[in-house]
Amino acid sequence: MTARRRQGQLRERFHQAAWQEPLVIHTGQPGRRGMLLPDAGPEIRAAAGDVLSPVPNSLRRAEPPGLPELSQPEVVRHYTRLSQMVLANNVSTSLGLGTTTMKYNPVVNELLSRSPKLTELHPDQDESTMQGILELLYRFSAILAEVSGMERFTFQPAGGSQGILANALMMRAYHASRGEAEQRDEVITTIFSHPANAAAPATIGYKVITLYPGPDGIPELDALRAAAGPRTAGLMMTNPEDTGIFNPRVAEYVEVVHAAGGLCAYDQANANSILGVTRARDAGFDMCQFNLHKTFGVPHGCMGGAVGATGVQPALVPFLPSPTVEFDGTRYYLDADRPLSVGAVRSGLGNIGSTLKAYAWVCAMGAEGLRDAAHMAVLNNNYLLQKVLAIPGASLSFAATNPTRRLEQARYSWEQMAAETGIHTTSVHDRMIDYGVQGYFSSHHPWLVPEPFTLEPTESTSQEELDEFAAVLGRVVDEAHQNPGIFASAPHNSTAGAPVRQGFKPAMTWQAFEAIRDTAGT
Amino acid sequence: MGDPATGTVYPYIPNSVPAIRAGMLAEVGAASSEELYDVIPASIRLDHPLQLPGPPLSEYDLRRHVEGLLASNRPTSEVLSFLGGGCWPHFVPAVCDEIASRGEFVTAYHDGERSMLGSYQAQFEFQSMMGELTGMQMVSTTTYDWGTAAASSLIMAIQITGRHEVVVPASISPVRLREIRTICGPTATIRVVGHDANTGALDQAALRAAVTAETAAVYVEVPSFLGFLEPGAPVIGEIAKAAGALFVVGVDPSSLGVLAAPRTYGADIVCGDLQPLGIHMTAGGGNAGFIATPHEDRYIATCPTLLVSIVPTVHEGEYVFEWANFESISYGLRADSHDFAGTAQTIWAIVAGAYLALMGPQGMRELGETIMQRGAYARARLAALPGLRVAFGGAAHFKEFVVCFDQTPLSVAEINAGLREHGIYGGKDLTADFPELGKAALYCVTEIHRRQDVDRLVAALGEVLR
Repeated sequence: MTARRRQGQLRERFHQAAWQEPLVIHTGQPGRRGMLLPDAGPEIRAAAGDVLSPVPNSLRRAEPPGLPELSQPEVVRHYTRLSQMVLANNVSTSLGLGTTTMKYNPVVNELLSRSPKLTELHPDQDESTMQGILELLYRFSAILAEVSGMERFTFQPAGGSQGILANALMMRAYHASRGEAEQRDEVITTIFSHPANAAAPATIGYKVITLYPGPDGIPELDALRAAAGPRTAGLMMTNPEDTGIFNPRVAEYVEVVHAAGGLCAYDQANANSILGVTRARDAGFDMCQFNLHKTFGVPHGCMGGAVGATGVQPALVPFLPSPTVEFDGTRYYLDADRPLSVGAVRSGLGNIGSTLKAYAWVCAMGAEGLRDAAHMAVLNNNYLLQKVLAIPGASLSFAATNPTRRLEQARYSWEQMAAETGIHTTSVHDRMIDYGVQGYFSSHHPWLVPEPFTLEPTESTSQEELDEFAAVLGRVVDEAHQNPGIFASAPHNSTAGAPVRQGFKPAMTWQAFEAIRDTAGT
Repeated sequence: MGDPATGTVYPYIPNSVPAIRAGMLAEVGAASSEELYDVIPASIRLDHPLQLPGPPLSEYDLRRHVEGLLASNRPTSEVLSFLGGGCWPHFVPAVCDEIASRGEFVTAYHDGERSMLGSYQAQFEFQSMMGELTGMQMVSTTTYDWGTAAASSLIMAIQITGRHEVVVPASISPVRLREIRTICGPTATIRVVGHDANTGALDQAALRAAVTAETAAVYVEVPSFLGFLEPGAPVIGEIAKAAGALFVVGVDPSSLGVLAAPRTYGADIVCGDLQPLGIHMTAGGGNAGFIATPHEDRYIATCPTLLVSIVPTVHEGEYVFEWANFESISYGLRADSHDFAGTAQTIWAIVAGAYLALMGPQGMRELGETIMQRGAYARARLAALPGLRVAFGGAAHFKEFVVCFDQTPLSVAEINAGLREHGIYGGKDLTADFPELGKAALYCVTEIHRRQDVDRLVAALGEVLR
């Protein structure tokens, strides 16, 4: 331990666990095993006979799979060591991961989600035997309806991108119901919206038009007016965008698209600045989606399980994915008999463990708590922003042309610092880790802001952590000026050495890696 | 309007202490946090405080509330259940629960190749082990479930071949077919081919008629959704390839300790679900899809998930792991891609890897064998019941089988209601999705079903049908 930390004091001798752990497939000894299977018993074995004999030869396994042979303690140690080499949000603040909303994931919600009353449910069991989870889903739909102003939600999409897909599918189904699906073949989005707002509609055949920001960082309304027309199926956009800039004229954008006969989907994956402040309906949107693994306190699980909770206005309820959860006054039930529905986007009831955690988060926070969380996230961001902009060579994107407050996140640039030192944003990212903070998110592509980095402290970060983070950035910039050689092989105090990419081809399995290596060697 | 802060100190919000908050407001030059929202015009402001049920709950009250809601669930662990069909009851080793609940895995994101070596390594190890099971050298990160993995595999085939028709078997899971129609329907024609009523074998004459110069892929499932094993898999693959189409095989990985790696019978793309590998069902929350292919550029370039590659470091024999295809999917290409990659089900890839490491080759073989033995016993016992018939009697089965109740006066729904009275969840009702099977249900038997369990089912069915 060390004495109580002073403001902005760095962890000078931080070192992350570095176990030099071999790949699990290279560990163990022949004959070892980690698990005994339950024995079928003599009656079953006798009655079953040789069960493999009826299997066609071509379907029988000739060689055992090349899995490792390990005892149980070896498996536990291996995976525990791997876990120690993850700078997770429970370990170190991930406030640098802008757009991702790395807030605290309450431990009690993890415990609740591990109840066998939840984990041992089968999606096809009779509704009478899962009234509890159906009631929870029904209640939570009503809660998110109040938070967004929408009418109904589905929790089937298992990620934000799948929620966006569901919105695109509903746009198409809506226009099809009016005989306009063929005519309306274009979706409009903005460059600072998540890539899935362009990619998901493109995957189902839409032509995608992308709006770029004007000088103030806000998508140009005139460009939208020019793009919107009889071919417009809809608009899919984020607000505030990745820059943290809120588009105050968003309702006008919606009006333009509505006037052209299109629908408007609000990507509220990250709604962490606006809970209880402004809602999708207040700006006129027809649909929206919340990433419960961002705004609603659900953990990210290294990239899932997740939920893209998708909500719609009354006119679009018939198009929601099936089944929906309904209540007839006495019992909850699943309704799959919905002829206008876009159908299933995923099997089962979705990631109900994650949905339960989000529900529990809202219950713990309460209505005022949701608003206070949003206010605190914005205050934390503005506090951090001031500290970051005090660092020489850092700047805020669109600062000169758009002086409005950034809300829950902000996109910055190291353009000046990089010009002065030759050290780029990716190098700063790698060096920060040496001081025990998670590296930051640069930007989605394309990088319209040069040398970008995007920070989002959320409401869960303490003032001390904000100070420490800014001090780490300040130190790294000092190093860029004084000791640029230190960046080449950074991080130095992390889990492994720097990668050698030259001449290397991607290999997604060890088998592929060996094959490439052997080919290169001959 | 004044500052809305209530003065409440929230356990999850470190700076909610009024003095801290006031100090920070002073530093940013704002009189109130409300002032930070000047940019949002009044016309789109929420005009009332959010109306949510009840006050904020303490942790104790929260547990009482949520546990109270869940109490009215009657999960499969409290009864005897034979439900499968895409989400299966398997034994989950305690080690898997331990790994799945490590806060380091649970609360991390992915944007830290340098600082998250452990989760990347676990992901890569999972990929390597799935490569061993499937006979492939390229394995994706997770998709949302088997259905999205199957749909994505077919979209890969469509891109690779430049063709716009796919062929799927009539025995496919109805939910998977709906997912395929949702994702592939807008850009491809989906043709469905039937099978023999006794052996389950795909109708090869119909397949040859369906496969044309426009066919991008032929998709089969081993085992099929209805439980039988497709005897003609290698021939189906040859028919596909002769027409210039790809052969896509969906698998249940819990079978691959005893069943052949699909690559050995000609699969070009393999997909499936990880849920059987140490992951709780959670009403479908445990499902997670994967895609496996040969290590060839055409597959790597079209795989619609993020890919994790191994990379050597400056130290001899040391490796790290990195995203391999950020630029070639929607993260780099936006609308010019054929995917909508994003957060999927990574935590389950880590758990599935731990499960495979725990089981090893011997455990996976024994798992496959015991599932087949128990299934054979259950099929024989049920087939002996008057009025019942086990369909596809001429086929080998894995894990699931179809029971037909045509000779009984009751519907499957009525039979299952009767079984519930005995504390048993009967098989999944197939009546609506497979009308050609008559009154039929899909029964699932795994390593968790004992002889006594099957005997109890038989006795209960005897009473329900009496």
